[in-house]
Amino acid sequence: MTPAVKLTLAEVCRVLEAEVLTGGETLDATQVTVGAGADLMSDVLAFINPEAVLLTGLANVQSIRTAVIADVKALVYVRGKQPNADGVALAEENGLPLLCTPLTMYEACGRLYQAGLPPCLLPPRCAHDNDEVQTGI
Amino acid sequence: MTTTKFRREFDVVGDDFAGAGRVSTEIKALLKRVGYAEQTIRRVAIAVFEAEMNVVMYARRARITLDMDPEGVRILVDDVGPGIPDIEVAMQEGYSTATDRMRQMGFGAGMGLPNIRRNADEFAIESEVNSGTRVRFVVHAR
Ligand SMILES: Nc1ncnc2c1ncn2[C@@H]1O[C@H](COP(=O)(O)OP(=O)(O)OP(=O)(O)O)[C@@H](O)[C@H]1O
Ligand SMILES: [Mg+2]
Repeated sequence: MTPAVKLTLAEVCRVLEAEVLTGGETLDATQVTVGAGADLMSDVLAFINPEAVLLTGLANVQSIRTAVIADVKALVYVRGKQPNADGVALAEENGLPLLCTPLTMYEACGRLYQAGLPPCLLPPRCAHDNDEVQTGI
Repeated sequence: MTTTKFRREFDVVGDDFAGAGRVSTEIKALLKRVGYAEQTIRRVAIAVFEAEMNVVMYARRARITLDMDPEGVRILVDDVGPGIPDIEVAMQEGYSTATDRMRQMGFGAGMGLPNIRRNADEFAIESEVNSGTRVRFVVHAR
């Protein structure tokens, strides 16, 4: 792998041969520093870093809400999946660019990795991860 | 940053998957306007989102109470629902009773409650079967 690079969304688009569903005007100005691929939303929230591009096969409104909550810079749908009009509107409202690539999850992640985009840093295990749960409110 | 304390309340309806996440998105925007640090906002937003999703997935309805002051953000999610029979088990990463329908929507990793706990500085959960669940957490302002 080449040394870690930042990519603009325009570059992500080129590497993934992606179509822009919304947010086209910000592609040159927006940089991503890490990439992630996941279809389970709580998994995304468990490890995603800020400034990430998120690849997913889950083209519903929840993927967009999750991305907004996690400060994801752009959402890429793999295998040509597309959200419905409500989803696109929600992304637009929240300033979240949406891209759509015909590639599979495996190939899309592979291409970005090859282009030098590193994975998310996994969060350190928390000191209290193994503590007893407090049950009194 | 404001020096006052204030409280806001929100209602969440069970099984409303189309609206799910709306309250957390609203809370996130509110915290931004108040002026909390980005990291604080992110931690609260992720934790509230997970708690809100659990209400949508498993409970009938809930009241979310948000208390803000310069020290931090305190959240209480108080639901009416089936409750959790074994909290120790529910807190384990990967444990989930999500249905196939929920999994198809991207839920059921069994990471929600662990994510809340990991993003919070203080966390407590209390539940009574056939009555409801209360999740409370605090994120300190940095
Ligand atoms: N408010 C609640 N009322 C009743 N049961 C709940 C509630 N919250 C969680 N549970 C139970 O605890 C389990 C674990 O919850 P958790 O949020 O960690 O995972 P999940 O919701 O199943 O999946 P994910 O959050 O990763 O999408 C749930 O599957 C459910 O059985
Ligand atoms: Mg959950």
